[in-house]
Order: sequence, then structure tokens, then C-alpha cells
Amino acid sequence: MNQEFIISAFTENHIGLLNRITIIFTRRKINIESLTVSESALAGISKFTIVVNDTQDKVSKVVKQIDKLVEVLKAYYHTNEEMIYQEIALYKVPTEALTSSNQIESLVRQYNARILEVTSDYTVIEKTGKKEETQELFERLNQFGVLQFNRSGRVAITRSPIERLSAFLKDRDKLLASIE
Amino acid sequence: MTPAIQQKVNGADAILKVLIKEGVETVFGYPGGAVLPLYDAIMKYHHKVHHVLVRHEQGAVHAAQGYSRATGKVGVCIVTSGPGATNIITGIADAMMDSTPLVCVIGQVVAPLLGTDAFQEADVIGLTMPITKWNYQITSADEIPEAMAKAFYIARSGRPGPVVLDVSKTAQIQEFDFHYERCNKIRSYVPVQNLRVDKIKEAADLINSANKPYLLFGNGVIISGAEKELQQFVEKTGIPAAWTLLGLSAMDTDHPLNVGMLGMHGNYGPNIKTNECDVLIAVGMRFDDRVTGDVKTYAPQAKVIHIEVDPAEIDKIIKADVAILGDAKKALQKLIEFVKPNKHDEWVNEFKECYKIEHKKVIKKDIYPTKKELTMGEVVRLVAEKVNGDAIAVTDVGQQQMIASRYFKFKQSRSFISSGGLGTMGFGVPAAMGAKLGQPNRQVIAFVGDGGFQMTLQELGTISQYQIGVKIVILNNNYLGMVRQWQQLFFDKRYSFTHLQNPDFIKLAEAYSINARKVTKREDLAGAISEMIDHQGPYLLEVVVEKEDNVFPMVPAGASVSKIILEP
Repeated sequence: MNQEFIISAFTENHIGLLNRITIIFTRRKINIESLTVSESALAGISKFTIVVNDTQDKVSKVVKQIDKLVEVLKAYYHTNEEMIYQEIALYKVPTEALTSSNQIESLVRQYNARILEVTSDYTVIEKTGKKEETQELFERLNQFGVLQFNRSGRVAITRSPIERLSAFLKDRDKLLASIE
Repeated sequence: MTPAIQQKVNGADAILKVLIKEGVETVFGYPGGAVLPLYDAIMKYHHKVHHVLVRHEQGAVHAAQGYSRATGKVGVCIVTSGPGATNIITGIADAMMDSTPLVCVIGQVVAPLLGTDAFQEADVIGLTMPITKWNYQITSADEIPEAMAKAFYIARSGRPGPVVLDVSKTAQIQEFDFHYERCNKIRSYVPVQNLRVDKIKEAADLINSANKPYLLFGNGVIISGAEKELQQFVEKTGIPAAWTLLGLSAMDTDHPLNVGMLGMHGNYGPNIKTNECDVLIAVGMRFDDRVTGDVKTYAPQAKVIHIEVDPAEIDKIIKADVAILGDAKKALQKLIEFVKPNKHDEWVNEFKECYKIEHKKVIKKDIYPTKKELTMGEVVRLVAEKVNGDAIAVTDVGQQQMIASRYFKFKQSRSFISSGGLGTMGFGVPAAMGAKLGQPNRQVIAFVGDGGFQMTLQELGTISQYQIGVKIVILNNNYLGMVRQWQQLFFDKRYSFTHLQNPDFIKLAEAYSINARKVTKREDLAGAISEMIDHQGPYLLEVVVEKEDNVFPMVPAGASVSKIILEP
């Protein structure tokens, strides 16, 4: 049965690694729903967060293939329920729409969004939340004409207490030292 | 740790110095614009690193594979950018599938021209990413020592594989302070997991209480050098063992517990008994689809113990009840401690009974034919007898490959070199060339078909130039035999483009000053084989065999291993 999984990977920050990871999905005809890559808590180590919709069997095999890459420190996967995750969305609306009634302002309050910038021409609104929430706000705001809209990939952390990255690296050093 | 040395050299010299430091004695290559500085250095260091000039880059990579498979060392090939690089793609993919350690040093355009569609520029990193264990682009000379140290370490450690270094001409000519340290650790890379004793014990318990245990072994045994441990293990436990195509020669062919080969054209017993055993012990093998047939009906009754170095292979095809991650040699050493001495004579006898059936229905006809035409089987078996089982057999891909794997005999490990996973036609001749250069004191026989031979026959030029003493046996049936067999069995004998009009192979060999002989009659065969074996230097023997012979037994594609058929 297909369901949404969040794949996380800690990797070296090396050229080409994004490609190396995504071709693992391409080869197996698995679509990436969203992808976020940025520096982790430790300099030089990147964190990948990849959302896919597939069977657990396929996802677990893909994760093993990611983990096998020389420059990947660790890869794992979780269900949505096992993680706390958010996406961020930016909306640009005409300032005229904001000033002509209080509807946009009340939407901003209702959806826990905030206004980032106001000019005479446009206003930029920001909201963090799950995709359904940012999508719902988009649909509401679009009644007034959304000029631009952009949603990020997912950022996610686990609910279960897991090893900290620095502790993981120490353990890894011990492991490598133990291998002849 | 090796003491660091320091001196000012250019990148090209540095590459040669690293090759020497890594113990590389032979490299295979082909020069070109983007490796001119490197070739200048190769000329300078030729007394230490022997460079073999091939006739096509594909020949270089397959020769490096053959060299590596015969010796266990990392194979090295050096080619130029663009077409030089794309010509070795097949060999890199082949090495990836068959876990062969290679370091491929590929020239690249000067750094400022990267990405400009420059002359002979190809995106080598992009092209080789899915078929390498690791690859890296070097644009500055000071990257060379670390990148090359990592390349050799990654290629040979854990589950070995090919590594590509994409070396810009800019880096080759730059001067820098060279110092070299071999790599033995990369923090993001765990080549081998430490053995878990609880898993070993769990496996030993299953083995100790099994009535019909059965062991399958593959290339992992050869890679980790676990041949002796494998033999000790089966002798202590009395467990029958079967090899995969790539596991061939890891055990003596005639060992009483060696029951033969798995797979689509493997032996009868090893296939059907898979579905009768109660514990299946898989060592250093990856359950290729040519081994398993239909996975849903593969050994459903058995508890599976999987000893494997690559965690991604665990549960990939066949779910393991006990997975032992680690080096096959160490795992077997530990397992030997925990298993009880045992015998399974009755069970082993069942394999022998199967062999009798197979012998009567297939093997006898193959190696002692009564018909007029020669068979591939009798040629292979006669060669095996003439070399007394002490030669390296290299094959191409197709019917001759399967026949060679079935009827050649082995007494020593690393004696069967074949393109297993990728099934690369044209592999045979260049791989044999590399094997012979790696093991100059051993007899190296290449069994090739008339089709595959013509894919890389230009390497006769290399063989002739360096007088590489390989013996090439062309089993000529004037067909792409394996494809024709499938067309006969599954496409109502519609032989679509499988018939070949061949050149005069003897004249061709003569054109390269290689001794050659053609055999069409049985009475000439033994004499011709002796002449070939006794000949000093390269030799080509063409044997005209029955045109439409088929390889049996056969597990039809997608069928269960129990459904193996012995005759059409």
C-alpha cells in the first residue's frame, strides 16, 4: 500500500551528491514529492529531507541504497506520524486588496500567518504549516488574486528521542577504528 | 602509516607516483588529447608501471577487469576524455554489477572549458554516477593525492567496485607539493560491519538443528578470500554446497560436497533442491534473478541465513531469517566455531541422484556426443582435461559461457572470469588478455562465440604486440547461439537476425601473426587442443560446432527453480 514517507539523510556537503541521491529514485521510477537540502547543525554536513509516496518495502530498499553511498553518513525513513514537520509558504497579494477590506487581515490572523513586507503595490504574507494548511490559505487568498506563491519542501524532526548528530559521529569514529 | 613524502611535481607525475605507491604494476589504456600530459609521465615511469596499449578503450576496461579478477588487485585503466570515457562505460557498469575493483583515470578538458561543450568534452561525472561506487572530478593538481588515495581505498574495500577519476588537463600540468598518504578511513563510509555474535549463534542454531541444510556461495567468497573457510565449514557440517556463476572455482569442482551450479543453466539438483532444503545458507551472493527464477516460489519452505557484506543486499530479493552482515571469511571462521560436526549423507545423495538423471539426459550427450557434429561441451571438457583443471577460464557471454561454466573444471580459486551481472558480449578476449598479464604463469583460456569475438576482436592487435599468451577458443556455430535458442524455444523458431556470416577467423589471426587452427572434425580436436596448450604465446583455435545445439537444463525465465527442464 502506498503512503507518504519522510526520508532523512545526513551527508557530506559534496558536489554532485544531490544527483547521486535523486538518481536512486529515478532508476526505480519513484517520484519525489518534495525535497529540502540544507546545512545541518554541524558545519559541512548536509541534511536531506525527501518526501515520497510509495510502499514501505520500496522505501526501505531505497533508503538502504542511499545509505550505501560513500558520502552519506546515515539515511533513515519515517511515517508522517513519527515526525513533526512543517513547510513554509510565501504569498504575494495586491496591497489594494489588503486595504480595501479587512478580510485579508482577518485571514492572516485566522491562519496564524504573518505579513513580511508591505509596499504600495504588493504585500507578502508568510505561513508555516502542513501542506493542506498552506494550500487552504492559498485558496482563500486567491479570491483576492495571489500574484505569486511559493511553497518550500518539508523540514522535519522525529518525535522519538534519537541520537544527536555529534554523538553519532563519535560513535562512527569508534566503529571505524574497530574495523581492521 | 606510510611516512609522507614531499616534492614539487606536476599532476601527471603525481598520478604515476600514486600508482607506484599503490603497488600498481600494470595499467591498460589508450592515449588522447586530454591525457597527453599523463601519457608523457607514463613514458617516464614505464619501467615501474607497465602500460598496455589496447586497440579500443572497451578493451582497456575489460582487460583491467580480467586482471583484477585473476589477481584480486585493483585494475587500472587510463583513457582520454569524451569518446575515450564513453567507450569504457560498458566495462564500468560490468565491474559495478560483478563487484570488481577498478580505478579508471579519465582525462578531461582544461578546467576553464568545463561545461562549454568543448572538443571531446563529456559529462563523465554525470555519465558514470549510477555505475560507479564513487567518482570524483579533479580540476586542480593538489586534489590528486587525496582523491586517488580515496579511489583505491573505496574500490578495494568492503564490497569492491569501480571508481572513476575525471582528471582535467589543467590538474595534470599544474605543479604542486606532492605528498601521499594512503587512505584507510572515510567517516561517511563503513565498508564492513563488525560481526554480531548473537546473529552467528542464531545461524549456528538453525544449522545445527537442520535436516536438509544447503549452502549457496558466490563471488563474496572469492573477494574475501574465504575459500579455505568455506571448505572447512562444509566439511565440518557435511552440508552440500552449490556455486553461483561468479562463485565458480572458489571450491574444487570435484569436492564431494560441491554439488554444482545454481541458475538458469545450472545443474538440476542445485536448482530443485533449493525448494526442498530446510535451511538455506547464502554466502557472498545476491540472489540474482538468474539464480532465483520466480522469487515468490523460491525456497518458501526454508529458513534463510544470508552472509553478506553489503547491507543493501539483505532482504533486497529474498528475505533473510538471519542476516549476518560482514566479511564472508570472518563470518565463516566464527560460524565454524559454533556449528556441530555433522553428516547429511542421505541428503547429499539426493543431489547425486539428481546428477545421475542430469548426466543421462544432458551431460552425456553434451560431452560424449554420438552425433557427427562437434558440441561445445566436448570441446570445453577436453580443454579442461588437457590443462588438468589448472587453468583460468575466461568466457564471453552466451551459450559458450554457460557450457564453459558447466563443463570446465577447477582446482584453484580465481580461475573463472566471466561477465555475470551485466552479460557483456565482447568481454572474453580483452578480459583474458588482462588475466594473462596478471597471472603470466598460469594457462589462460578464453572461450568465446563467433558473435562476441567479433565485438572486441581488434584486441588481437594488443595480444600480438605484447605477445600475451592467451589461448582463444572460438566455438563457432554461425549464430548468436543463446538468442537463437530463445527464438527457437519461445518465438517459434523465428530466427530474427541471429545468423552470422563470419570472416575467415584463421586468416584474421594470421593477419595479426597469431598462430591459429580450425577444427571441423572430431578426430582433429584432441590434437589441436594439445597443440594450442603446448604452444608458447597466443593461439587461436576455431572449432566449428553444431549450429543449433541448445543449452540445457534450463529454468525458463520467470519460472520457479523447481520447474527446471532437462530437455526441450
